[in-house]
Amino acid sequence: MSVTKITQVRPYLTFKLGDEVFAQDVGQVREVLEVPAITKVPHAPDFMCGVINLRGNVVPVVDLRLMLGMSKSQPTIDTCIVVTEVMSEGETMVLGTLVDAVQEVFELEPEQIEPVPRLGMKLRTEFIQGMGKHNEHFLIILDIDKIFSPDELELFQETAEFSPIVEPAEAAVAVQG
Amino acid sequence: MMDEHLDLFREEAYELLAELETSLLELEETPDDAAIIGRVFRALHTIKGSGSMVGFDEIATFTHQVETAFDLVRDGKLTVTKELVGVTLLAKDWIRATLDTSVGGGPGDTQKEQAILTSLSELVLAATPVRQPAGAPPDQPSDPLTYSIYFRPASNIFINGTNPLCLLDELAQLGDCQVAAHSEAIPPLAEIDPEACYTYWDITLTTRQGLDAIKDVFIFVEDDCELTIEVTDTAPYTGGKIDQPHIEEKRKAAPSLNRDGAAQPKQQAAPSASSIRVPAEKLDWLVNLVGELVTVQASLSQTVASQNITGLTSIVEEIERLSGELRDVTLNIRMIPIGTTFSQFKRLVHDLSHKLGKEVKMITEGAETGLDKTVIERLNDPLVHLIRNSIDHGIESPEVRQAAGKPRQGTIHLSAVHAGANVLIQVKDDGAGLDVDAIRARAVEKGLVEAEAELSEAELFALIFAPGFSTAGQVTDVSGRGVGLDVVRGAITAMQGSIDIASQPGWGTTITLKLPLTLAIIDGLLVNVGQENFVLPLLAVEECVELTSEDVAQAHGRHLADVRGEVVPYIRLRDQFKINGQPPAIEQIVITQVENRRIGLVVDQVIGEHQTVIKTLSRAYRKVEEIAGATILGNGTVALILDISKLVQAADSVERAALEKALCRSEQF
Repeated sequence: MSVTKITQVRPYLTFKLGDEVFAQDVGQVREVLEVPAITKVPHAPDFMCGVINLRGNVVPVVDLRLMLGMSKSQPTIDTCIVVTEVMSEGETMVLGTLVDAVQEVFELEPEQIEPVPRLGMKLRTEFIQGMGKHNEHFLIILDIDKIFSPDELELFQETAEFSPIVEPAEAAVAVQG
Repeated sequence: MMDEHLDLFREEAYELLAELETSLLELEETPDDAAIIGRVFRALHTIKGSGSMVGFDEIATFTHQVETAFDLVRDGKLTVTKELVGVTLLAKDWIRATLDTSVGGGPGDTQKEQAILTSLSELVLAATPVRQPAGAPPDQPSDPLTYSIYFRPASNIFINGTNPLCLLDELAQLGDCQVAAHSEAIPPLAEIDPEACYTYWDITLTTRQGLDAIKDVFIFVEDDCELTIEVTDTAPYTGGKIDQPHIEEKRKAAPSLNRDGAAQPKQQAAPSASSIRVPAEKLDWLVNLVGELVTVQASLSQTVASQNITGLTSIVEEIERLSGELRDVTLNIRMIPIGTTFSQFKRLVHDLSHKLGKEVKMITEGAETGLDKTVIERLNDPLVHLIRNSIDHGIESPEVRQAAGKPRQGTIHLSAVHAGANVLIQVKDDGAGLDVDAIRARAVEKGLVEAEAELSEAELFALIFAPGFSTAGQVTDVSGRGVGLDVVRGAITAMQGSIDIASQPGWGTTITLKLPLTLAIIDGLLVNVGQENFVLPLLAVEECVELTSEDVAQAHGRHLADVRGEVVPYIRLRDQFKINGQPPAIEQIVITQVENRRIGLVVDQVIGEHQTVIKTLSRAYRKVEEIAGATILGNGTVALILDISKLVQAADSVERAALEKALCRSEQF
């Protein structure tokens, strides 16, 4: 049984998050970068790592592990950023995803891709397009557009906003000029 | 190809309509000015002409009717009245609306169209007692004349979208018309260029319309063709075959006249070649590239300075100078005069004062002041609000004004002037001025201030920009809902600008907007907190002072600093942005001016001034309001640009929430 959304032979880029192998459609990948200096943006949720300078453009970087509900990644020499194009509200948005290591690009037939099992994934299954099989290993094919849909990004941001940061003792001063 | 022409026509028509409006409003003040009447007529005529050329037939016919009325005006047969100007303004709106909605000749709002045309023809009929239909041109020669016309378009005539056959059709409408086409010049099929016009025509036209009417047909092509028009016979042309050799002879006799005729319009056309039309996106692209160049140049300078390579330093300095100049020139290209916006406001004043039964005139000054086009675009709405507000609340009714010993007609003075890297835009009225007591009462009623709060005049004035504030007793559809002015403040601060209000009871109010010339590059102050760099807009920065740990101890933990005797509250960016790490023993407070309040921002270090090329932060971060954008530093890392007023608002609300929480807790115990 194959996944209805996938009907063509497509090349996929595989990368590792922890010990697991994930894949995404190469069509949406712009380039793969070494991790440059990341500038944190205040008040943004944890999975939004910050912004980088990509040849003069300011591009946000997202920790894919945190987005998928895994633990935070520890930077290693293999850590890199996959620069991805996402369709959001009718416009292309460029963003980088932090992954533990990039592996290879190969083609998968639609028959090689199976739907996601409802149970036992321990991941947010709505982000997964299907399960691919390559060299007797399973790989998880991600639905990038869904992961970075405005709903997801905004939903996360709202929950992260407004945790009181001023101690009550200090708060007794009114900021009034 | 055709789409291009449509767009071009639209663009041209919008400009012409804007010019038409300005001229009409001027005409209302000086109804006899022949020069202005001429301008109105020309604008209408050109819209009609190019409209029919690209297929906006509806606009062309409509405009023709309006043009006819102004033809009468030009001949002194119809006098300019307020009504005529009013109807023509409506007609202008109709044309504009039709242009907006129709893709080319599609139906416009026919009901409105009819209404406008009816009132127009009523005006025309009332003024011309001679029985003459509104649509007919005025000075018809009583006897028909026969003209012989030789029309040979330039071979590249198709390139600018002209269809010679349309012109011939137009001629045929003028009267009895015989057309003979000459096909001798058409080359053999193998050599033919399908985009070139080889055919030329001899036309014999018998018409009652004057020579001008015929010339008008060719008005758009006269530079691109050989054209001779001459009267052959005063007797009506009786038809029949055209005698070929006869025409040929005529043409041979004509060339000297033809050349003279062609020379003049060419000269007129010459000045327009000195400016070119460039799509705005191309300019935006250029500005972006220059922005990147400036960034790379900064990092080059930094690298060279740190390595001290002889010979390279002078080259880098040269590049620095050149890229600086390039930046200035590029930004300058995007500067457009604010005058185009000003002329729209004349219309607003005209319509609004009529509606409210007030007499208001608007004087503008500094229309040539150049501003970045993005600033001008974003300035439009705030200015509309301010002018509406001045007319509605500021300027009194004529009776009240007379009783107060002021001229019946109120004046709104709109001016723009450059001041360094900023521009000052002033909206000044000679109305009643702000009522300080009413503002206070209203603010207390709305819960914006405490009843016994002591506020300076400037602070009270600033209240009119608070959300939900309106002192107007009744809500009109013009203003009084209290939505306008806080929107103004929001828009101005979003552009890193500031608002200043001055008012004198009985003499009027002056609102001054201070804005940066451009939004693409700003002067910033680079600071750092821990590992993070931030840029503050230099426009808002007043001074920097030190904050030692003793100062903090003396203030008993309150976030207040003593700046030469004045108490200034401050925000610790480290706390606000949850940046980890230990602050240095001596921190810096950057004192900023936000909405008439002085607020300090505590940072670890002030690095210095920074030419900041503004990059938008990705949409993924649009919920983070305290950050206005990002910029790329010389070392290639990204620094965030702070929106100080949003930052203060956020700190305010966090503090208020914490205070309420603390109060709840103390009540429990």
